Amino acid sequence: MSDHQLRVSKIPRGTVIDHIRAGQALNVLAILGIDGASGETVSVGMNVPSDQMGHKDIVKVEDRELSQDEVDVLSLIAPEATINIIRDYEVVEKQYLERPDRVVGVLSCPNHNCITNADEPVDTEFEVLDDGVRCEYCETIVREDLAAHIAVE
Amino acid sequence: MRHDHLITAKQLSREDVESVLDRAAEFDADPAAFGDRHPDAILGLCFYEPSTRTKMSFETAIKRLGGDAVDMGTVESSSVKKGESLADTARVVAGYADALVLRHPSQGAAKMVGEFVDVPLLNAGDGAGHHPTQTLLDLYTIRENAGLDDLTIGIMGDLKYGRTVHSLAHALTNFDASQHFVSPESLKLPRSVRYDLHEAGANVREHTELDDILPELDVLYVTRIQRERFPDENEYQEIAGEYGIDLETLEDAKDELTVMHPLPRVDEIAPEVDDTEYAAYFEQAHNGVPVRMALLDQLLEGDR
Repeated sequence: MSDHQLRVSKIPRGTVIDHIRAGQALNVLAILGIDGASGETVSVGMNVPSDQMGHKDIVKVEDRELSQDEVDVLSLIAPEATINIIRDYEVVEKQYLERPDRVVGVLSCPNHNCITNADEPVDTEFEVLDDGVRCEYCETIVREDLAAHIAVE
Repeated sequence: MRHDHLITAKQLSREDVESVLDRAAEFDADPAAFGDRHPDAILGLCFYEPSTRTKMSFETAIKRLGGDAVDMGTVESSSVKKGESLADTARVVAGYADALVLRHPSQGAAKMVGEFVDVPLLNAGDGAGHHPTQTLLDLYTIRENAGLDDLTIGIMGDLKYGRTVHSLAHALTNFDASQHFVSPESLKLPRSVRYDLHEAGANVREHTELDDILPELDVLYVTRIQRERFPDENEYQEIAGEYGIDLETLEDAKDELTVMHPLPRVDEIAPEVDDTEYAAYFEQAHNGVPVRMALLDQLLEGDR
């Protein structure tokens, strides 16, 4: 039995997000809106040894499957991640992330003067570039630290 | 041209631009002769920021075409003061008018409003974003004075926040133009505009000194260095004078150089330049009427 299996045990049902770039697990939790207040059972492994990646993070969320919007944003900050849907302790579906063309309503625009930061009935919308994202409204390009712009309720 | 809205200059192809400019030349030749073009048209003016040239030229343009304008007035005198959203105000005015003109301090405001209204919308400036109708009158002025191909243009001043610069730079990628951007380091073109210019394969160079490029220029487009953008007044004072021009500055310029400015100017162009052959900025402002007549004519025609 490997080290990380000892640290993070199997779950009966839910989602395992594996092969997260080391250090990004807390951002993954932020994307999923998990702050511990809603009572979900969550296991987190950080800087777990990995043959493939050297070190990786891993997040297991019980009794929850991810929406496509959540998967789309995950692909921006954790492009190598795999998403495993678990039922009865078994992986019934394994999903590799694909970068979407755009993400809607999940990132906030860092430009304070962008109309999406005014009190208007509009969702944020970002075009996904090769090396970042671009606000569809004010056109601001964000390349660094995308996780800091995740719009968490 | 057949667009429902004009939000950015990126929407404009070379054919679109030439079509508007050709029609503008017809209106320019005899602006009083077209009073029966759109006799029932109502243009809604929503200006959330002060404006002299843009607002008055749109109002004049629609009246020259036989139509009329309804004006939201100032923010202080409108329902905006009561907390009404931009989206709601725009939808209401769109119910009164056949086309809308929007000036707003937030970037992306015109794109958002375009999603809420079903009459043609013209972006008359959205924060530091875009100002495409200014660009059309700029291009008209450039074409009249220097031609639009084999053009070497210098664009100087506040390139970071200058929306007229952003729109002009995009539009010039349709033409055989070398673009030289002159600014202090702190006011260089924003990342998004550089990205688009790179994607368009534009011929672009950046400078901090006008002297480096002035003798090569056919057109020098000057914008105001916006004092209010500098957190430190001393920093502004250090560079302000370097990005203005006077007759001495222009000694190394070509005789046929055209000097433009979207106005208002403060001290970027000395008054002594006004009476020279270089000065085209008042002509540029005048061109706002025929160009906006042409644009409105196309949009209102398409709306029928």
